[in-house]
Amino acid sequence: MSTSDKASTEAPHDSEDSASAEASAEASAEAAAGAQLSTAPLEDAPGGPVGIGVFGWARWFWRQLTSMRVALILLFLLSLASIPGSLIPQNQVDLMKVAAWKKEHASWVGVAEKLQLFDVYSSVWFSAIYLLLFISLIGCILPRSWQFVGQLRGRPPAAPRRLDRMPAYTTWRTDTSPDEVLSYAGTLLGGRRFRTEGGPGSVSAEKGYLREAGNLVFHVALIVMLIAFAWGQYFKSEGGKLVLRGKGFSNTLTQYDDFKSGALFDSDDLPPFSFTLDKFDATFERTGPQKGTPREFKAYVTFTNGAHGTPQKREIQVNEPLEVDGSKVYLLGHGYAPVISVTDPTGKVIFKDAVPMLPQDGNLTSTGAVKVTDGYKDKDGKATQLGFAAMFVPTFAGAGEGTMFSQFPELDFPALALNAWHGSLGVDSGLPQNVYQLDTSKMEQFKTEDGKPLAKRMLPGESMELPGGQGTVKFEGIERWATFSITQQPGSGLALGGAAAAIAGLAGSLFIQRRRIWVRAAAGKDGVTVVEMAGLGRSESAKLPEELAALSGALHAQAPTAGPGPAPVPGPLAEAPSAEAPPAEAPPANERAEVEGERA
Amino acid sequence: MQLAAAANESLAHLSNNLIYASMAVYTLAFLAHITEWIFGSRSKVARTAAALTRSETGTGAETPAVQVRGKGGTAVLDKPEVVTRSAAGTRDVPDGPGAAGGTVQGDLYGRIAVSLTALGFLLAAGGVITRALSVERAPWGNMYEFSITFATVAVGVYLALLALKKNVRWLGLFLVTTVLLDLGVATTWLYTDSDQLVPALHSYWLWIHVSTAIFCGAVFYIGAAGAVLYLFRDSYEAKLAGGGKPGTFSTSVMERFPSAASLDKFSYRINAAVFPLWTFTIIAGAIWAGDAWGRYWGWDPKEVWSFVTWVAYACYLHARATAGWKGRKAAYLALFAFACWIWNYYGVNILLSGKHSYAGV
Ligand code: HEM
Repeated sequence: MSTSDKASTEAPHDSEDSASAEASAEASAEAAAGAQLSTAPLEDAPGGPVGIGVFGWARWFWRQLTSMRVALILLFLLSLASIPGSLIPQNQVDLMKVAAWKKEHASWVGVAEKLQLFDVYSSVWFSAIYLLLFISLIGCILPRSWQFVGQLRGRPPAAPRRLDRMPAYTTWRTDTSPDEVLSYAGTLLGGRRFRTEGGPGSVSAEKGYLREAGNLVFHVALIVMLIAFAWGQYFKSEGGKLVLRGKGFSNTLTQYDDFKSGALFDSDDLPPFSFTLDKFDATFERTGPQKGTPREFKAYVTFTNGAHGTPQKREIQVNEPLEVDGSKVYLLGHGYAPVISVTDPTGKVIFKDAVPMLPQDGNLTSTGAVKVTDGYKDKDGKATQLGFAAMFVPTFAGAGEGTMFSQFPELDFPALALNAWHGSLGVDSGLPQNVYQLDTSKMEQFKTEDGKPLAKRMLPGESMELPGGQGTVKFEGIERWATFSITQQPGSGLALGGAAAAIAGLAGSLFIQRRRIWVRAAAGKDGVTVVEMAGLGRSESAKLPEELAALSGALHAQAPTAGPGPAPVPGPLAEAPSAEAPPAEAPPANERAEVEGERA
Repeated sequence: MQLAAAANESLAHLSNNLIYASMAVYTLAFLAHITEWIFGSRSKVARTAAALTRSETGTGAETPAVQVRGKGGTAVLDKPEVVTRSAAGTRDVPDGPGAAGGTVQGDLYGRIAVSLTALGFLLAAGGVITRALSVERAPWGNMYEFSITFATVAVGVYLALLALKKNVRWLGLFLVTTVLLDLGVATTWLYTDSDQLVPALHSYWLWIHVSTAIFCGAVFYIGAAGAVLYLFRDSYEAKLAGGGKPGTFSTSVMERFPSAASLDKFSYRINAAVFPLWTFTIIAGAIWAGDAWGRYWGWDPKEVWSFVTWVAYACYLHARATAGWKGRKAAYLALFAFACWIWNYYGVNILLSGKHSYAGV
């Protein structure tokens, strides 16, 4: 598009600038009329540094960084820089996927790691972009706020000499005296919440300062949100816990199965509360093509706040966490835990427990390990450990196929298959142990008489004899478990407040239009008063002429057109057909939300 | 314990039929629009408009044209007239006469097309509503539902703009064509039987977040359509201004569109108006994520692309506020931003898996 002419609608906002600009007196009067209509900085030409030495460079660098052009570039870079994180799996999001990706693209791993592509959002380059952007933002907001305060204290500028050069203009002749017209105009504009200023033979008025305020609030809110985000990152904590039905959890570090926290988190910050899982309900689609998909999960808990609180009944659902003291307890997953008892050769029950199994698919085919670490002595009285590799299905299928899988996630036809081992479970080796897996490297499998490994599929209540009278394993029944995630994310209130302020500010900035109206009334040669009105906005909004029409209509009602006389000729009128229909009715003249048109 | 209602088969069936019916009606609207354009191409008015365009652009730059806005109606005849004057230096070209080119027959077909579009809209809206009733939940649980709602909202916004007497009829053909494509894709590839939601989607935030997301998308779509047409019309005007002579077909089509300046402004207003709502959509999503997953922002692919889209639109608004990046560059930014939105909708759902569980088609 062609170049835009600043003098017309977007004047230099500094009167010194416009004075120094070599322009005709008229142009500079027009420029003054549009001066300080916003606090947006002017684009400075991309020249080199002025002055010499480090200071000159620093100043130049700062100027560049806080210019709108660089802000725009940084903003664009930010959007591009966030993209790789959605295409390459992120450590922060899913470690398993990262591992899978690394396996698949082995030759790229080195490069990707160097470029921090698995940690895009905490990488040096991503941080550099947003930190620069926020420095730029602060460097931009401070002077703009200052300028805005000045504008709030200032008065609307005097009417330019030629009102007919303004984007919207109207004129008529009236018998009412100029002073009366101006006094009517002052009252009219003041009544519509314009800030008015009387001048010699004219009235200036301005409205819509909230636009600027909104814009500043929006940009400040962005900073608030960034701070809230950083705060959350440093002080957050997140832990997971598997709880069996009937069992409880209390919020101390040692109780967690896994725990992650921000760099500045202190474990004393964990609020003291506890809960017991009384009941867990899960329902699934029984029919149709989506058979087996979950419909509802609900955990019923008895919850106690503080060390000595009174227990209360609560429910936790997928979208409805339990909130305590800045912590939230989320329901994450669920599964089954077969209850298994083990009897030693003497007939003594040495183990009886519900053992959680890890779901492998949507129908809850689950696997796990039963580990009997102590208390077992074999027939010869030698202490040893027992291990059982287990597979559990809530609704058994696969009979006769040599495999076993689940057909439906509810307990329609539960079955448990076990493999039995003895020896050392390796739990004392100091290496971290996966509770769901059996490390059989130092174990031996029980064999049947014909030398085959011992394995048995059982229904609830059934048991399996260990060969040679070494004991019995019984499938006693089934328990349920649910996993919970307990998180603390400080700063989320601040982030929410920032977000709300950002939206409010944005709405103000985009829907409110800052504009000026001038009214001039002077006695013509024939003694009849000529009234002129003009409007100027920061943009060519269609609303400005409409507003001027409404205002002039109201003023005209008080100062009607003088009787017969030559019709006033407004400015340099050329007749060009307008494809737009004339506005059918006057818009409501009070402050209205409106979308701004383009600027200058 | 509340067991979710099973899908009501007959309502679901009705919904499908309504969607097919709306597609049939949109096809008729498409044909009516084509007829409108054909009649319009024979119009004298259009040719005059073209001549005018040429002369205006020839001299335009130095003496900006002035439009006279009367305050219509006899009762107010004696009220003062408001004269507007566009910014000096902008290419001052009047808007084209519209697809009908001022011909009576063309206009008649145009009106028929709009009426058919309105009918198609009602049918499609019925389809969306019966779909919702059949499952007793918000009809935005999967991509099929998302697509039919998207198309319906886009047409609804267009009709609302028409009802508000905005000059948007030029959008008709483009919109109806793409809406037909969208519905075609939805019914052929994305179709999913009516059913209940997985628990993660059970939340009133679904209503808030997803409905505003679809609405914003549909409005952004109209803004993007404006930007595309702006780019075409702008090159056409630039060619004329540079003394070139565009081809007859291109002239015939382009001269009937509004001026580049009007299209540009239209696109800007649409995008700017919906940007705060898009901001709200993302924040609502973050609140929901906070409830469902325990973190309000986790850089899930869907979240990443919402963020990219948001930043891209912020970039576009910034570009408009600074001197050097108006016009075509800003329009490219707007299209980039909309491309991000579309990618977030199709690409991310189909190609990148994340926590957003309806990601399954
Ligand atoms: C964090 C990144 C930023 C975002 C998301 C952002 C977003 C926005 C948006 C959406 C607007 C449009 C409002 C309107 O048109 O009135 C805007 C306006 C504005 N922004 Fe930013 N901005 C960012 C950073 C900056 C920076 C770094 C600067 C200064 C160098 C800046 C200066 C401005 C100015 C002066 C306006 C108002 C222009 C006018 O009055 O028309 N912004 N910003």
